[in-house]
Amino acid sequence: MVTDVLQALRFASPRATDPEVAVGIDAESAVVPHFATHTAVSAEAVLCANNTAAASEAVRCEEGAQVVTRDLRGAFELEGVSIRYGKETVVSGVSMCIPSKSVTALIGPSGCGKSTLLRCLNRMNDEIAGAAVTGAVRLEGVDINDGKVDAVEVRSRVGMVFQRPNPFPMSIYDNVAFGPKTFGIRRRSELNGIVESALRSAALWSEVKDVLNKHAFELSGGQQQRLCIARALATEPEVLLMDEPASALDPVSTQQIEDTIAKLGQEMMIVIVTHNMQQAARVSHQTAFMLRESNEAPAELIETGDTKSIFTNPRDSRTERYITGRFG
Amino acid sequence: MSHSRSRLNKESARLANNAARVAITLSALVSIAALLAILCFLLLNSFRAVGEVGLWEMLSGTIWHPTSSPPAFGFLPAESGSLWVTLIAIVCAMPIGVGAAVCLSEFISGRVREVAKSLVECIATVPSVALGLLGMTFLVPWIRTFFSLPSGLTALAAGLMVGILCLPTIVSISEDALTAVPDALRQGSLAMGNTKWQTAVKIVVPAAWPGIFAAILLGFGRAVGETMVVLMIAGNSGLVVQGPFEAARTLPGTIASEVAEVVRGGLHYSALFAMALVLFLSTFVVNLIAAQVIDRSRRRWSR
Repeated sequence: MVTDVLQALRFASPRATDPEVAVGIDAESAVVPHFATHTAVSAEAVLCANNTAAASEAVRCEEGAQVVTRDLRGAFELEGVSIRYGKETVVSGVSMCIPSKSVTALIGPSGCGKSTLLRCLNRMNDEIAGAAVTGAVRLEGVDINDGKVDAVEVRSRVGMVFQRPNPFPMSIYDNVAFGPKTFGIRRRSELNGIVESALRSAALWSEVKDVLNKHAFELSGGQQQRLCIARALATEPEVLLMDEPASALDPVSTQQIEDTIAKLGQEMMIVIVTHNMQQAARVSHQTAFMLRESNEAPAELIETGDTKSIFTNPRDSRTERYITGRFG
Repeated sequence: MSHSRSRLNKESARLANNAARVAITLSALVSIAALLAILCFLLLNSFRAVGEVGLWEMLSGTIWHPTSSPPAFGFLPAESGSLWVTLIAIVCAMPIGVGAAVCLSEFISGRVREVAKSLVECIATVPSVALGLLGMTFLVPWIRTFFSLPSGLTALAAGLMVGILCLPTIVSISEDALTAVPDALRQGSLAMGNTKWQTAVKIVVPAAWPGIFAAILLGFGRAVGETMVVLMIAGNSGLVVQGPFEAARTLPGTIASEVAEVVRGGLHYSALFAMALVLFLSTFVVNLIAAQVIDRSRRRWSR
């Protein structure tokens, strides 16, 4: 049923991949429809689907067959990225462009290398014995795997939030102030300001402003995860990587996290790994679909594009089958 | 037919289960009984000294002259000796032991780590009398010339050697506590742009601190009870020890050196048992606290 509607929509849409169609449509109107309500999607919505959040035409960036215009300032470019664990290649030949000031979702079935790819954006794969990344991962044109680039510096620019909340065993305040303190900020008033603004950005301030000295472990799971977001934001990263940030949380907490992501995505680049397609549809501007075709083959990037076109008008039949729930 | 057989099997399984449970309970009871028996034995034998000399007079008496008349049974020389030797041992072993544990758990991995770990634990298999000999031939002369003392047989020499003896305890228990810290915390810290070193010092060690503290307490218990090394190289003086460069005798050292010469059932004999009781209670309490701390820190991460 859903597939039929998707098919119908595809024919109804006038070449959704055409950049000319995409440019100039107000990003705010491009509210991504809830996946379950696809039957109600109008042709206009599909038109909007190819809109980009950061629709500035600074640089043209190849994404497979599709040519999309993107702003490269602060953007990630991946070129032929392969990741090996020992002898086994787990991710192969990923080339894509991740624009700044937007939310990009990595979707795909379990074990398809989404998290592995995410971890190579802040060199966290360095910490795994035997892991090797080849190809270029460029942040603002600089290859972060270059020998001259320090992993510690990359990670201070590219923050990360993990699947399970991992607050440090200390107070709420100390968790958020941890990063700034490491960077040498000592003045109490300055720290207070950073802690407050980070907690506000993570939509946690109103709940914890009176109990900042409480131990972080006393917070609920959803609060802990927003605390981890605040902790990551306190170091003012340009990019925030999120590895299934809501998968261990209840629906209400998930909603709060998603709202936070939507707000943050206007200011910074967010890359989110999720196995929840509805979540990808709700929060992201761009979507990349990854797939491991067999247990022996490495994972590959199948398709990238604006979230709406991926969800309503996928170019690859494998993407369509995954989106419509035929596998994965 | 098959029905009755399965019933039979069930019956025998039940019997075996009950027998095993009884055996396990019995063995647990035996260990507890042994502990209580030791305590009772020490208490009974020390009654006479406590009655005739007085508990406080023994604990705080500064003179230990068990064979003069009238005899003096002050424990303070031995208590101060034990305290100094143990203090020196812990002060030396703590930074080295905790440092080694951090290195093992945070900075090396794979085969190198396994080999290094078992080498450290090998120290525990060295007989303490061998370490005593080593101290006597190398450490004691060195201390005498380096600090220009009349004799190298000092609390310092014994403390250093006892420190080596409590290293394996401190290293292996601290290392357990450090590896029990969830990897998610390390990942979180590294992902914020902290170096491995900052992560270890600011996150992992504080998170594992209760376990490390317990390791130090257990090392303390090990050091207080050590007999042979102090008997050989502490100098065995009968005076209250006031510094690391003085000759010392410890509680276990005093008991071991004198128990063979006393009259069974006499006052001196009873005083030695009182000394053993003090030693037993102090190590028992320290170990109890350590066990509590370890238990609490283990529960902390199992949520």
